[in-house]
Amino acid sequence: MARVKFLCDADRCIECNACVTACKNEHEVPWGINRRRVVTINDGKPGERSVSMACMHCTDAPCAAVCPVSCFYTTADGVVLHSKDLCIGCGYCFYACPFGAPQYPKVGNFGSRGKMDKCTYCAGGPEADSTPAEYAKYGANRLAEGKLPICAEMCSTKSLLAGDGAIIAEIYKERVMKRGYGSGMWGWKTAYSDSPTG
Amino acid sequence: MPGSSSILRFANLKFAVFKPLLAALALLFVFAQPAAAQISFKPTAEAVQEDKLLNALKEGDKITGRVSIPDRTAANLIQPAGRDWRDFQRSKLPWIGGISILGMLAVLAIFLMVRGRIRVHQGFSGKTMLRFASFERFTHWLTASCFIILALSGLNVSFGRTLILPLFGPDAFATMSAWAKLAHNYLAFPFMLGLAIMFLIWIKDNIPGKLDWEWLKQGGGLLSDDKHPPAKRFNAGQKGIFWIVIIGGVLMSVSGWFLLFPYLPGNVTALQFWTVIHAVIAMLFIAAMLAHIYIGSIGMEGAFDAMGTGEVDLNWAKEHHAIWVKEQQAKGEAPSDGTARAVPAE
Repeated sequence: MARVKFLCDADRCIECNACVTACKNEHEVPWGINRRRVVTINDGKPGERSVSMACMHCTDAPCAAVCPVSCFYTTADGVVLHSKDLCIGCGYCFYACPFGAPQYPKVGNFGSRGKMDKCTYCAGGPEADSTPAEYAKYGANRLAEGKLPICAEMCSTKSLLAGDGAIIAEIYKERVMKRGYGSGMWGWKTAYSDSPTG
Repeated sequence: MPGSSSILRFANLKFAVFKPLLAALALLFVFAQPAAAQISFKPTAEAVQEDKLLNALKEGDKITGRVSIPDRTAANLIQPAGRDWRDFQRSKLPWIGGISILGMLAVLAIFLMVRGRIRVHQGFSGKTMLRFASFERFTHWLTASCFIILALSGLNVSFGRTLILPLFGPDAFATMSAWAKLAHNYLAFPFMLGLAIMFLIWIKDNIPGKLDWEWLKQGGGLLSDDKHPPAKRFNAGQKGIFWIVIIGGVLMSVSGWFLLFPYLPGNVTALQFWTVIHAVIAMLFIAAMLAHIYIGSIGMEGAFDAMGTGEVDLNWAKEHHAIWVKEQQAKGEAPSDGTARAVPAE
């Protein structure tokens, strides 16, 4: 089975934040949580680049490694998901995540955390696919419907790519060859390079 | 609206006036185009490169930028330090905790086997004197009971996944851990209160002095039954425990405070730092308290009464706190030696 990944071609990203908005809308993400965000590096300077970033669904994911209750699991497609029923809102995944993906609705003790929420690669959670229970906790399950994540699907410049990691990497390399430049496959080294299989 | 239409008309008028000028400008631009291309504009000549940014990062740094959403932490694009933190949690902390806690248990077990229980050499006198008043005992047990639950729920976070999860199964373990986390969060406050009171009521008897040096040089009389270096209310060992509790407790409280209110520092690097402090100090603190629990219960005959009923046997007090007993006797708060009748040891 394909190992799915995200790839943001920063040389195409125009910082329109449509991926951020589409994600929030698709999953009815709680107030204050952004499963995806666009970060502009060197803002206002020559050569600034914007990168759309969410959970990278790492190989050997750090969040899964440090979770005290082991609430994470990796699907056959390589998507890193978690169970909100098991999550105790301790914040460990947030400390370990290189990409700042795990976020909390701030409803816990002293208004601190609550159950962690993060990008699901539009793949829902442990509940049965496309059920109201799954939607309420994790949002839409587009993968179960044979669709790719909404953020990448509606990216107007096709900067954000989602799909089989080998294929999107190939597309990106072709682009870099053709246009002669590329600012890099943002996050890939951190998310996948530790593993020989990627 | 009349206002806007008049502006429109004005704009039209302006446009009419400048029309030829604009056309000339446009023409100029068209002619200038090939010249611009010749400057060989490279859109990426100065573009940021992820590789370069990653290589330039110092330890603990992150690649940050600007975000248009209000959440400032979202501006951190990549923080490779998360992997160091993971390495600490999964590889280093189990060793630190395992060695300090199991090591302490092993040392205590060996000590018990070699040295045995420290007996009251002259046997119990049958006469008692007050060592800890009820408020002192209340404070001790308030702090101690909180500490035990905090320690167990904390150890559950570090080791539960490996040790307890396989026994309970994921659902029961997650439920238990959620309650443990709640207990950990809330009992932190009575613990801190107890710590503060203990500091205030016992600090005057815990200032290190010359006598403590003597006590330490004689090894506290730990290795012999009949030889006890003189001590005031607290000997050097007890003073050591006092300061371990105060300093360890303050470190736990400060670091724990940031973890209780994670949006206070609002910065993942600071939180990583405080979790490491919290975890390492906790492991050492627990190991030290194991020794304290040992010597206050099975390790020494007659010691538990001090925090149990508050009344200790006179002979026990004379052996371990000779100077303190004399002071209390002078104040008339302890029975005198003369009438002491020897009661054979159990």
